[in-house]
Amino acid sequence: MASKEVTSTDEFVKGLWRDNPVFVQVLGMCPALAVSNTAMNALAMGLATTFVLLMSGLSVSLLRGFIPREARIVCYICIIATFVTSVDYLIMALSLELHRALGAFIALIVVNCLILGRAEAFASKNKPGRALLDGLGMGVGFTVALLFIGVVREILGSGSIFGFAVFPDSFQTWTVMVLPSGGFFAMALWLLIVNRIKKKEAETEKAEATA
Amino acid sequence: MNDASHWSIFLNAALVNNFVLAYFLGICPFFGVSSKLETAVRMGGAVSFVMLVASVCAFLINLLLDAVNAPFLRIISYILVISSTVQLVEMLMKKLSPTTFRAMGIYLPLITTNCAILGLALFQTNRGYSFTQSVVYSLGAGIGFALALVLMAGVREKLELNEVPDLVKGTVAALVVAGILSMGFMGFAGLGR
Repeated sequence: MASKEVTSTDEFVKGLWRDNPVFVQVLGMCPALAVSNTAMNALAMGLATTFVLLMSGLSVSLLRGFIPREARIVCYICIIATFVTSVDYLIMALSLELHRALGAFIALIVVNCLILGRAEAFASKNKPGRALLDGLGMGVGFTVALLFIGVVREILGSGSIFGFAVFPDSFQTWTVMVLPSGGFFAMALWLLIVNRIKKKEAETEKAEATA
Repeated sequence: MNDASHWSIFLNAALVNNFVLAYFLGICPFFGVSSKLETAVRMGGAVSFVMLVASVCAFLINLLLDAVNAPFLRIISYILVISSTVQLVEMLMKKLSPTTFRAMGIYLPLITTNCAILGLALFQTNRGYSFTQSVVYSLGAGIGFALALVLMAGVREKLELNEVPDLVKGTVAALVVAGILSMGFMGFAGLGR
């Protein structure tokens, strides 16, 4: 029992760092860059994606005995599209303003390669409980990555964080960070940092192995 | 209905709101196949073609969905109809013109459910474009995508010959190049609407 618990925590934790969807696998870049101009948008997008990941992972895992191999991608897309449509309407009901800010990008969750990738690579081969954990881990990892990018862009581009000003009025905002090119730069910055840490980790592991 | 002129729709889609550099749509193929100029040109052609097909499909589906009053089926029907139509066209093309098929056939399955394609379909619906406006919009978006891809490939081919630090090589360098290109395209803001 104890060993099973260790593996299930691992299913959850791997999405946070080792296999982080945005920074390590570089999946789901379109939404990561497009809606991360403020921290709030990034958080909303991350939560919406997490919900779709969880629900589609659960459904694919439950139906894995019934879906024929040849038609599996079509089935996955139908399942994912169903949940994306519900999220779209849910956000519209909760906050019309947020729905307007995210625009068509909520609907575009359906073509996020991360979700189809998890359905194909994990949920279709594992039990519902593990698929849920995997979906949750990947979703949280995705949300955190989006928040990182969003926070950098909002602090530098608007001088605020979640709408609260952090700099005095004299701060000259970096308009470029709010513009699309800022998304590319912020993402490049975080990737660089992650690469650097990963390289350090690999080096220490190597040193320990030889020692 | 939308009363924007065809010319301004075209310019807007191709330059001002370039799909890749302003909307971040189709980033995966943009980074995936932009390392060689020749593949970039072919991929650009294939994407433009699929966009045209998708735009026509989306317009017809939308008419049908409006008639039966079922807008909640929009996402699911767009994605299914567009991908199956592209598959059909691919088969037709294989039969009728093997040379064109060889030039861009292998890219078609990769892009059928790409976010740029679905994004195009959703944007044209949200803005209420008429049939000709939709077609012009898809042409503009396709040309804009191809342009961004070719520019990017040109820069990356040059980058190959330079010494780049290990940490920056690959995705990071590509992201920075894309960011600079995107800044360049900001210069078009103000053209069209």
